[in-house]
Amino acid sequence: MRASADIGLKRLRGASWLGRVQPAVGPLLLLAIWWLAALTGLLNTRLIPGPGPTFATTWQALVHGTMSHDLARTLMRVLYAFAIAAGFGVPLGILIGANERVYRSVEFLIDFFRSTPSTALFPLFMLMFGLGEESKVGLAAFAAFLIIVFNVAYGVLNARKTRILAARSMGASRLRIFGDVIFLETLPQTFVGLRAGVSIALVVVVVAEMFIGGTDGMGHRIIEDQYSYNLKDMYGSLLVSGAVGYGLNYMFLLIERYFVHWAGR
Amino acid sequence: MNQEALQRVPTTMRVVDAPRASDAVPRGVEIRGLTKEFAGGYIYRNFDLDLRDGEFVSIFGPNGCGKSTLINVISGLMPMDGGAVMFKGKPIAETKLSYVFQNYRDALFPWMRALGNIQYPLKLLGLDKKTRDRRVEALLAEFDIRIDLHRYPYELSGGQQQTISILRALITDPEILFLDEPFSALDYEMTLFMRERLQHVFMKRRNTMIFVSHDLEEAVQLADRVLLLTRPPTRVAEMVPVDLPWPRDAKSLSNAEFVAIKSHCLDVFSREVGRGP
Repeated sequence: MRASADIGLKRLRGASWLGRVQPAVGPLLLLAIWWLAALTGLLNTRLIPGPGPTFATTWQALVHGTMSHDLARTLMRVLYAFAIAAGFGVPLGILIGANERVYRSVEFLIDFFRSTPSTALFPLFMLMFGLGEESKVGLAAFAAFLIIVFNVAYGVLNARKTRILAARSMGASRLRIFGDVIFLETLPQTFVGLRAGVSIALVVVVVAEMFIGGTDGMGHRIIEDQYSYNLKDMYGSLLVSGAVGYGLNYMFLLIERYFVHWAGR
Repeated sequence: MNQEALQRVPTTMRVVDAPRASDAVPRGVEIRGLTKEFAGGYIYRNFDLDLRDGEFVSIFGPNGCGKSTLINVISGLMPMDGGAVMFKGKPIAETKLSYVFQNYRDALFPWMRALGNIQYPLKLLGLDKKTRDRRVEALLAEFDIRIDLHRYPYELSGGQQQTISILRALITDPEILFLDEPFSALDYEMTLFMRERLQHVFMKRRNTMIFVSHDLEEAVQLADRVLLLTRPPTRVAEMVPVDLPWPRDAKSLSNAEFVAIKSHCLDVFSREVGRGP
């Protein structure tokens, strides 16, 4: 997570012409190999269609078919889940991190659930929320919430003592110190949590769409494609899901760079 | 007085007696019965000290003798386990004081521009933007500072960042300015420059300066008196007056009297270190 973020940041700051082109080399190479393999018969195109037919089908599905609907449904679920997770996670993380004793007493709990594969909780959430939207969004929100709480609390706990001392030496009240120093001090770590949270929300939503009864969403579409052997559409859906994940991460990087310009400097 | 000081033979340096409450000099910082425990032992135990109002005191001593602890306790950043600190006869808590930290990178607020950093203490005082701007302008003019204040701290050099810290400390017009090894993270060239800048501030403001240093040259160059401390439980090893004319530029560092004072301090220091913990 962290490593990909750093590379992303470097790219944002990208300077030279060569530096700009380099990131495209890997994807183009992969595409070329895919295309050549399909062309020369190295690939069984019944299992893995070539890039041309795959992209054509995907485009058709997006523009004229139902893929854009599935995509929108998945995105909506991710955003709901993320909003719930951030809405509860950020304030709670601040509260927990503000008091070391509270942090120490709930650290294990957060760490434990964070380490539990969220997908293992499907049955529990299905029992609690049924087979509808609530259990899909709820589970994704739960997974993202844990990551956000953990990161925010950790950030508050590790706010630089000198900066707090500096504010105190200038006569700032506890409330002022909290709003003017600790909150901002925590923002870089908060964004790490938000970015990780939105990624995990996407993963959980897509998997939930596959296995918790439903009629739409990218996960549902992928599993349906596999059942009906609609492989071109399946690969296209995979690529589109990947693009969504990448796009969300990148969007958060941009927001982060705007709001937390001082991070890591 | 300056000529006199220059002619004085270094070996006649006076050792200031243990402070007495009845000192005739205008009362500055009075520390009485200061006690501070640390990791099971006493770092200060019934420690008394008097500093004059408007003097520049450098604090120097062996590792772990509690130089920083002393100013943290005096300034109220750290609680004390016993004793009292007064300034001009009133509790230190009622005194306007400012603090410059060693690590400017951690002490400045990176989310604010340099200007915002300098103004922050005024904001805490509830002054409006117009007044704050005016105060900063006056301060910049006073010290002839030419730094682009619309930059963020991380866009400035180390020396510029520490200058911003010092300006932030000065903006409230403090009666006492505490400086905790403020130049130790800077290279030598910048350190020399910053020492001159700080002297410039002191000569204009004449407020009480309490300066912790781990660099003896710097401690002597900047001080009216150098406070030499012992190993814990810490006592005053010696209070060495430095009667050299101000300002003391880089050239005065090789002046005979300066060298003599410095080597005397070094003797005291070595003696204290040699005593073992």
